[in-house]
Amino acid sequence: MKTNYLMLHTITRIVTFIILSFSIYLFFAGHNSPGGGFIGGLMMASGLILLYLSFDLKTIKRVLPFDYSTLIATGLLIALLTGFNGLLFGDPFLTQYFDYFELPILGEVELTTALPFDLGVFIVVVAITLLIILTIAEDDS
Amino acid sequence: MNNIVVLLPVLIPFVAGVILIFFKNFSTIQRTISGLAAFILLFSSVFLTYHVYQDGILTLEAGNWSAPFGIIFVADLFAGLMTILSGIVGVACLFFAYKTIHKDREKFYFYPFYFFLLTGVNGAFLTGDIFNLFVFFEVMLISSYILIVMGGTKYQLRESFKYVVINIFASALFLIALAFLYSLTGTLNFAHLAQRIAEAEQTGVFNVVAILLLIVFAMKAALFPLYFWLPNSYYGPPTAIAAIFGGLLTKVGVYAIFRVFTLVFIHNIDFTHSVILFLAGATMFVGILGAVAKFDFRHILSYQIISHVGYMIMGLALFTPYAIAGAIFYIAHDMIVKTSLFLYAGVTQKITGTTDLTKMGGLLRTYPLLGWLFFISAIALAGIPPLSGFFGKFAMIVAGLDQGQYIIVFISLLVGLLTLYSMIRIFIYVFWGEPKIENDKDNPVKIMPLLLPIIPLAALTIAMGVFAEPIFSFSMEIAEQLLDPSQYIESVFKE
Repeated sequence: MKTNYLMLHTITRIVTFIILSFSIYLFFAGHNSPGGGFIGGLMMASGLILLYLSFDLKTIKRVLPFDYSTLIATGLLIALLTGFNGLLFGDPFLTQYFDYFELPILGEVELTTALPFDLGVFIVVVAITLLIILTIAEDDS
Repeated sequence: MNNIVVLLPVLIPFVAGVILIFFKNFSTIQRTISGLAAFILLFSSVFLTYHVYQDGILTLEAGNWSAPFGIIFVADLFAGLMTILSGIVGVACLFFAYKTIHKDREKFYFYPFYFFLLTGVNGAFLTGDIFNLFVFFEVMLISSYILIVMGGTKYQLRESFKYVVINIFASALFLIALAFLYSLTGTLNFAHLAQRIAEAEQTGVFNVVAILLLIVFAMKAALFPLYFWLPNSYYGPPTAIAAIFGGLLTKVGVYAIFRVFTLVFIHNIDFTHSVILFLAGATMFVGILGAVAKFDFRHILSYQIISHVGYMIMGLALFTPYAIAGAIFYIAHDMIVKTSLFLYAGVTQKITGTTDLTKMGGLLRTYPLLGWLFFISAIALAGIPPLSGFFGKFAMIVAGLDQGQYIIVFISLLVGLLTLYSMIRIFIYVFWGEPKIENDKDNPVKIMPLLLPIIPLAALTIAMGVFAEPIFSFSMEIAEQLLDPSQYIESVFKE
């Protein structure tokens, strides 16, 4: 019997966008207000898992052709390397710097070195969550 | 202040581990990077310790947040010595792993997790804050879960499940103890804790927390009666992994006990340190009974680990500079000798295909070098002068006699004798007698590459015995630094 997934597919297409954009909002909201790399990463992973659930593994693998274990390493490396930037200015490991910049369109923005660190965390969380869940899912078949 | 050197023994293996993940399918690249990283790590630890020896205790305030609010890393002489030892053990086991680890295991991230394990171990040595001790314990344990189960044989899966369960339980207990401690003192920084507990009224609650922490660390260090997980779980994994576990992991627990009971909980010594003394005696005795009863090379070594943790704790429990110096000397000796003994077990297993003593025999004829090297390490473990095991034990026994603790002295002497018995029994069964494997003589297994990482360890054992004088005076300095918490506290709160 062929099951009809029309409802699920339609809703997923819309909801995934909301989840993914909210996860990016959370990521940028981080370090000063609630949010950050970890929670943003979890939310993005949950959005992607929704995609995996409603469409099948193979389709999404074609869309997202990442090797998640390499992604984990990349994220870790980004986070670690931002830790070292304090050394350039003679400060201890993991020191963070911030300043305010005028950017076109966005106006005045606070740019910090905590952001790339958070990006590293974000990538690690997304990749680990997906790797764990997909490993369990593939085990089944 | 920028003392990045304090953090190098933590950062180097971390970066190396991350980079190694990228090359999981390229065996040669992995080996090159990991070999280089291991030597750089050892070198950086030596450099750090030299620095500490010259300039006194070094601290690093991560992220420029000052103590007691930020995360502090503190390198005193004891921590420095421990990172050197973990570097030595790390290099030796890595080079042994090159020759013995199966290709499949290499692909399943053996090298990255090996380095993450070292990250956790060195982090636990260098952290200046008891919560980060917990964090680095977790880093170390999670890597060890993966290494211990790697390969996935039925035996490994069964035994490592127990290992995981008991360690998760211990971690939960650790967290509870930390919550207790925080609610009592409002801080988790070692130096700050030491200050506040010294000022506080010594109520029974502090004893409760002290004993809770002791239980947690005793579980990791395999003290009586919480050692039961160790012998079987160290039996399953490949030799290189068992060797680094046997050499390093229990010593991290011992280190934590030393740190907490020389810095923080030192105001009710009558109670806490007599509990530790009792545990020391019981651990020694029960451990050696296990070693005497078993007929398997690796099982005997596992029980020897337990028994010899008892010696180290005994030095702490006596709580005089001389006894603690002896214990520190003993830790250094034990980490080197235990690692090499596990590696011998790996070599004989490679030759004979078994670790059962009754099935081996006559190896001395075909492999004389292996036999005599083993003999050196074996009698060093038993504490025969002039090898390294003797001096630490001697100092502790003298200190015990000075204190009038005759029972523990008697037990430790008896255990020394039984250690000698069990090691010589291995020697007789494995190396004497008639070869039990046919065609042994015509085409001996090439063991020289396997012996390469062991020979430096054996040489170190001899060197520690021959140059016991300077090394012991170094241990004495460490002991005096440990017994004078004000040095540690002042280095953390400089201003």
